[in-house]
Amino acid sequence: MNGPHDLGGQMGFGAINPEGESAPVFHAGWEARALALTLCVGALGRWTLDESRHARESLPPAVYYGASYYEIWIRGLEALLVKHGLISAEEMATGQVAEAAAHPRRLPADAVAPALARGGPTDRPLQTAPRFQPGDKVRAKVIHKRGHTRLPRYVRGAVGMIEADHGGHVFPDTNAHGQGEAPQRLYTVVFDGRALWGDDAEPGLHISVDAWESYLEPA
Amino acid sequence: MPHDHSEHDNHLDPIDARVRALETILTRKGLVDPAAMDRIIQTYSEDVGPKNGAQVVARAWSEPGFADWLAQDATAAIGSMGFSGRQGEHMQAVFNTDAVHNLVVCTLCSCYPWPVLGLPPTWYKSPAYRSRAVYEPRAVLAEFGVTLREGQNVRVWDSTAELRYLVIPQRPAGSEGLSQAELAGLVTRDSMIGAGLAQVPS
Repeated sequence: MNGPHDLGGQMGFGAINPEGESAPVFHAGWEARALALTLCVGALGRWTLDESRHARESLPPAVYYGASYYEIWIRGLEALLVKHGLISAEEMATGQVAEAAAHPRRLPADAVAPALARGGPTDRPLQTAPRFQPGDKVRAKVIHKRGHTRLPRYVRGAVGMIEADHGGHVFPDTNAHGQGEAPQRLYTVVFDGRALWGDDAEPGLHISVDAWESYLEPA
Repeated sequence: MPHDHSEHDNHLDPIDARVRALETILTRKGLVDPAAMDRIIQTYSEDVGPKNGAQVVARAWSEPGFADWLAQDATAAIGSMGFSGRQGEHMQAVFNTDAVHNLVVCTLCSCYPWPVLGLPPTWYKSPAYRSRAVYEPRAVLAEFGVTLREGQNVRVWDSTAELRYLVIPQRPAGSEGLSQAELAGLVTRDSMIGAGLAQVPS
């Protein structure tokens, strides 16, 4: 979707404000709790990481831009909990809930390290031959999906070159919507800065994205 | 969430109160174990961070065979040092050279190689960095105090899928003869994102 999250090339957000390397990982206690809540609830397996991203980017733009990053996470998590029926809207509003036994998939403390070590690999075997080879010229399709996609707006319609073939990977556009992993071949596609930004491009600039096969067409 | 300035006000930030309320609900409903949350927080506060990535870089600088492995199969090479798992399932190492300086961003969210760098700094997740890194990376680098050498091109890697990128900065002049541990001390977090350079030994 053309949501507030799709920031590449947007203007007006000001200076970067780098913070030093010794700055704390979390700037407030609630940030740490927000991260941990998101990971623990994710371990229940009721939705995919792609669906989590879609919940965050579906926040209204004014909310998204007004929130710090972990606040975006928490708002996305709240939406998913209600959507999937783990918490009712009334429980969320009132905070009144009955004590319940541990969910069978609740992540226990001693399972945290193995779960983090396992991660969630997204590579999948594919039977089909690659449509593109390294060196091929391709155009990023002009698409404006209402649902989740990982093809950023700033490359749509531009011509680039296939640089690498990474084999099959879970397709976020379906996986975010409960429509299955539908793996597709993933490529690194590199663009000359001028193909994206025209005469406004900085000199000597190349930019790459990782793009699923259906995002691309021969050029 | 309303912020009630009564004399019983505990002065919680609205967002702090919101997260506490959600944790209470989820804990009472048996969906979350607070001890597991503590374990996650401890992992990313104390155990996993850019010191891991610095060891990878120092080894790549010291052992050409390891650098080759890193270039060919970064997931395996980094995994052999014990750094693997969530948000590092599919790694790619990109090497800075005299010709090209690499910079990593995630314009769509905040994708970042957790096993080698830990959790991303605030600026990496900010709209300012995410919007500008692909459009005007030299201007962005200047705000980090980085000036590239004449003729050095810039390559920006937008992490739009599940590949996670680790920049291998150039080995600084004057670092000959240092041990791997000493070399690792020169490798900053920002240099492994491409927003900085490795430190020159004093």
